[in-house]
Amino acid sequence: MILRRFSDWPSSDLRSPFDELERMRRELDKLSGDFTGSVFRLPTAGVFPLVNVTEDPDNYYVRAELPGVKTDELGISVTGDTLTLSGERKLPEQSEKASYHRREREAGSFSRVISLPSRLDVDKVKAHAEDGVLTVVLPKAESAKPRQIAVKS
Amino acid sequence: MTETETKSLQAKAKKEVTTPAEQTKPGAIFYPAVDILETERELTLLADLPGVKAKDLKIDLDNNVLTLTADEKPFEGSGEKDVFREYRTGRYYRQFSLSDTIDQSKIEAVLKEGVLRLTLPKVEAATPRKITVKVGQ
Repeated sequence: MILRRFSDWPSSDLRSPFDELERMRRELDKLSGDFTGSVFRLPTAGVFPLVNVTEDPDNYYVRAELPGVKTDELGISVTGDTLTLSGERKLPEQSEKASYHRREREAGSFSRVISLPSRLDVDKVKAHAEDGVLTVVLPKAESAKPRQIAVKS
Repeated sequence: MTETETKSLQAKAKKEVTTPAEQTKPGAIFYPAVDILETERELTLLADLPGVKAKDLKIDLDNNVLTLTADEKPFEGSGEKDVFREYRTGRYYRQFSLSDTIDQSKIEAVLKEGVLRLTLPKVEAATPRKITVKVGQ
């Protein structure tokens, strides 16, 4: 189920000379204990923001680094098993009078759909931002939660 | 802004520092994206440091070399298991050489919503000092 759902991500079969390097780097990272398991993957091309998704028995947690994005400028919507994050990053600090030595930070709009492995309890989704990191807490639907089944003898 | 339409943002992996000098802490080290603007009166440095708390940010200015070091603590709770990860957390590290002489007693640093704003007013050079970081509202 999960495999099928995630197999359409373009990152899974990128072919470029850098893939081999990336693979080696990941192997090394694994050795150094940076990652446990192989959950890290290449960013999907062109879809901002990058997210980390974790879960516990009750919830999924989707986190994205959005420095300088105000929470009221974010659109978060949830349907079934998908989360949509959209918004705009503005850089009000930039002025035309000043001359630039470096200009690496980017402004612009974004919209991203993230499919989660199971259905969500849409009404109880919560989101908060802290230090430029957005966390969306998505409770799993009752039917999707793991259940202990007692075996009768 | 001169741009008439807003462009859409592209996803970019954090730029990793490949040959970090004198780093002893294990883990990944990244270059934060910065804007440096100069006006007649001051230099302003804006750095994207998502996930960094003021207490984990260190700014040093010594002999016109400005060093930013910031540790991003993972936000994950202990009971959470990874589903997938696209970005990594670790340390941000970057050094800048300042050409203009800066009034070091008037340097101000504000960290707000993961963005550091460092105001460096121009005047004569002075002795090195540590810069305290204020928490933004």
